[in-house]
Amino acid sequence: MTVAMPELDSAVLARRAEIVAALKRIVPGEGVIASEEAMRPYESDGLTAYRALPMVVVLPETTEQVSAVLNYCHRQRIKVVPRGAGTSLSGGALPLGDGVLLGMAKFKRIRAIDFDNRVAVVEPGVTNLAVSQAVEHVGFYYAPDPSSQIACTIGGNVAENSGGVHCLKYGVTTNNVLGCELVLMSGEVLRLGGSHLDAAGYDLLGVVIGSEGLLGVVTEVTVRILKKPECARAALIGFSASEDGGECVARIIGAGIIPGGMEMMDRPAIKAAEEFVHAGYPLDVEALLIVELDGPRAEVDHLLDRVQEIARACGAVTYRASNSEDERLLFWAGRKAAFPAVGRISPDYYCMDGTIPRAQLPLVLRRMQEMSAKYALRVANVFHAGDGNLHPLILYDANKPGELDRAEQFGADILRLCVEVGGVLTGEHGVGVEKRDLMPAMFSETDLNHQQRLKCAFDENGLLNPGKVFPTLHRCAELGRMHVHAGRVAFPDLPRF
Amino acid sequence: MTDTLKPRDGAEVEQAVNWALAGGQTLEIVGRGSKRAIGRAAQWDATLDLSGLSGVTLYEPAELVLSAKSGTPLAEIEALVAANGQELAFEPMDYGPLLGGAAAAGTIGGALSANLSGPRRVKAGAARDHFLGVRAVSGRGETFKSGGRVVKNVTGYDLCKLLAGSWGTLAAMTDVTIKTLPRAETEATTLLFDLDDAAAGKLMAAVMGSFADASAAAHLPAPLAARIAEIATARGAVTAFRLEGVAPSVVHRQAVLESLAAPYGAIGTLGEVASRALWRAIRDVAPFAANGPAGARDLWRISTAPSRGAEIGRTLAQRVQAEILYDWAGGLLWAALPPSDDARAGLVRSTVATVGGHATLIRAPAAVRAAVEVFEPEPPALAALTKRVRESFDPRGVLNAGRMWAGV
Repeated sequence: MTVAMPELDSAVLARRAEIVAALKRIVPGEGVIASEEAMRPYESDGLTAYRALPMVVVLPETTEQVSAVLNYCHRQRIKVVPRGAGTSLSGGALPLGDGVLLGMAKFKRIRAIDFDNRVAVVEPGVTNLAVSQAVEHVGFYYAPDPSSQIACTIGGNVAENSGGVHCLKYGVTTNNVLGCELVLMSGEVLRLGGSHLDAAGYDLLGVVIGSEGLLGVVTEVTVRILKKPECARAALIGFSASEDGGECVARIIGAGIIPGGMEMMDRPAIKAAEEFVHAGYPLDVEALLIVELDGPRAEVDHLLDRVQEIARACGAVTYRASNSEDERLLFWAGRKAAFPAVGRISPDYYCMDGTIPRAQLPLVLRRMQEMSAKYALRVANVFHAGDGNLHPLILYDANKPGELDRAEQFGADILRLCVEVGGVLTGEHGVGVEKRDLMPAMFSETDLNHQQRLKCAFDENGLLNPGKVFPTLHRCAELGRMHVHAGRVAFPDLPRF
Repeated sequence: MTDTLKPRDGAEVEQAVNWALAGGQTLEIVGRGSKRAIGRAAQWDATLDLSGLSGVTLYEPAELVLSAKSGTPLAEIEALVAANGQELAFEPMDYGPLLGGAAAAGTIGGALSANLSGPRRVKAGAARDHFLGVRAVSGRGETFKSGGRVVKNVTGYDLCKLLAGSWGTLAAMTDVTIKTLPRAETEATTLLFDLDDAAAGKLMAAVMGSFADASAAAHLPAPLAARIAEIATARGAVTAFRLEGVAPSVVHRQAVLESLAAPYGAIGTLGEVASRALWRAIRDVAPFAANGPAGARDLWRISTAPSRGAEIGRTLAQRVQAEILYDWAGGLLWAALPPSDDARAGLVRSTVATVGGHATLIRAPAAVRAAVEVFEPEPPALAALTKRVRESFDPRGVLNAGRMWAGV
């Protein structure tokens, strides 16, 4: 663990017994967990390199309890870390030793399904997949599909603005959520949006989504549900150079085709996946592209023919189109198992998540090979090719001294490279603690201060999930100060009428 | 006559805001002024005219991305992307003719500040959903940026969303980056005739939940349909569904839609050219244009759950003789009311409140917009948060102060 967290508040820790008792009065029964042994499962999220035991775990069951817990902590100046299923890959739910870990797992009900308005109202602890399962009997689904969808919850998806493989065509969480019930750190309960499009007033929902649990705790979410496309077919296309694959992606989009999914893998990832799943991937190619088209059969067949022509023109060395649902799923099986497949060929791997302008892919892959040599660590790449979201998997062995540190440095170099070529630090995993200290690579202090002031509007004492996202903690009073340089700007040199 | 500052670049915008801060002045922010009549009738000490910040600075069709200075005419951007077979999928409406101004006069900055959308909102989202990156000067007189030029980005708070629809009350945008998308190869519209509002609502819900994959669904009661050339010959109410895509797909989905709609009566079709014209008219709410028969009416824009649209429409029609245009499968109501001193705000808002949603007074004389809330009033806790958010960007209330709500 190489990241500094906020200093422990010894005054709060000294009052731990009193705080636990007060929380038990708010959430009776089994809802407050204070023994070290029972808190152990909460010590990390999906980013397991970072661990910390919380001061206490609270598992509320109602909005009133969430509100009371937050209001109590607000008045007592106690930090709170919200947690969904704990699948964050950026340490967003990493506990604080002097903080309350607020687990939302008991909010598991689907409150309403409204097919006429194509929305579902769910509690934040409902898993992503459970939403789709609840509406599949009438042929509907919830579009964002992060690969952790079996386990990850809608509350966590809202916090992280989760994506998935279909988001080029169907959008990410923020494009598929219409409303929420939000509890502020003060305990105030607000409703943002509803079953209608475009919430009134400022788009606060738009900033809450993706705010990584720093602005409020969501206790109910209204999501859009969509009719499942009539059919889907996938093509598996191999290239002898990643440039050719990149060109193929550009030409598909240039031809006006927005595939439901478009994924690319590099040679090490192809090999690992094929050996694990036996999906029939070609092993003698440098890049493998999966292009999935969905919609009415007539449209899918028509567009797949065009994709094949484009692939040929781009020098594809292999091309296979799925002719059955089983075959389509087999094409995907390798890609979906890419992470565990890489897990089989290396004791540990570190999953990165940058986004780049797609045209920069060949350059980024080449530079990554140079870094791989420099750090003496292997890297495998899977890539949401449609939207430029790159997931390099850095292979290392935590038991070999220095390898984890090297992997983290390698990862940071990759993310700086993403920013350098016009991309961003994180496409879907979030900043969390993992990328927190890299934020200045992308944002100036003024940029970050504008974001942190927004945080102050929601949480004036900075108690909700501190130590995440922002590299430097500032007091709100200090951020709010105005410095007007009157003399310098009395007569601005600009045209006036 | 108020002072007008016309900066030539972002640095001069920053200077202008600092000038206002130093002198305790307030600024009205305008692009080309096409939506100036929307909002509370407030007064500002000076005007910050951003139309000098003009030009597309980056357009990479294969990357689906375009950057422009905020004062760039929207029409220029739309022509550029159209020449590359693309479009702004959020289909930004043109408020000009509705407000008595020229057509196609808006800027990209204005489109984003007002979070514009169109009939395709139901499928492709609003401006907010296509707004990737921004550089802006806040009311603190500081230039900041957010977002980027890639579609998938969760690095820091999504301030683009917050600025979309903030009507210039948080920051003056100087540079913006948006997503562009391929324009559908062709389109066609399926028409149903003489349905009452409730039956149309039911059919629209059924179609939107079907394989027809409509990219727009609207219902125009008879007097409104009569004001659009493409459907005027129907001589009755018209319910319209747009299908976009490659030709074989459109043909297939037309059949899906027709079998679903068969029990509702006779079915008509509009080919590509007429279809485009019809949806442009619906997008711009042409039946209520300022120079048309309903031009003197007060105009409300109401967003609600689609299944409840007809209910609101019925109440407003019965109680205050409102004319209603239903878009977004019934979820967007344009309600034109006979002129009154208060635009019947109390009735409109209480009717919407019973089913959920919000109402904005889009068109009314300045005196009316000074007398009633133009934007939906917020409950106290939310209003307090709104005010804190506003103050975090503009603590002195320099930018478009009072345009959305008094004190905000």
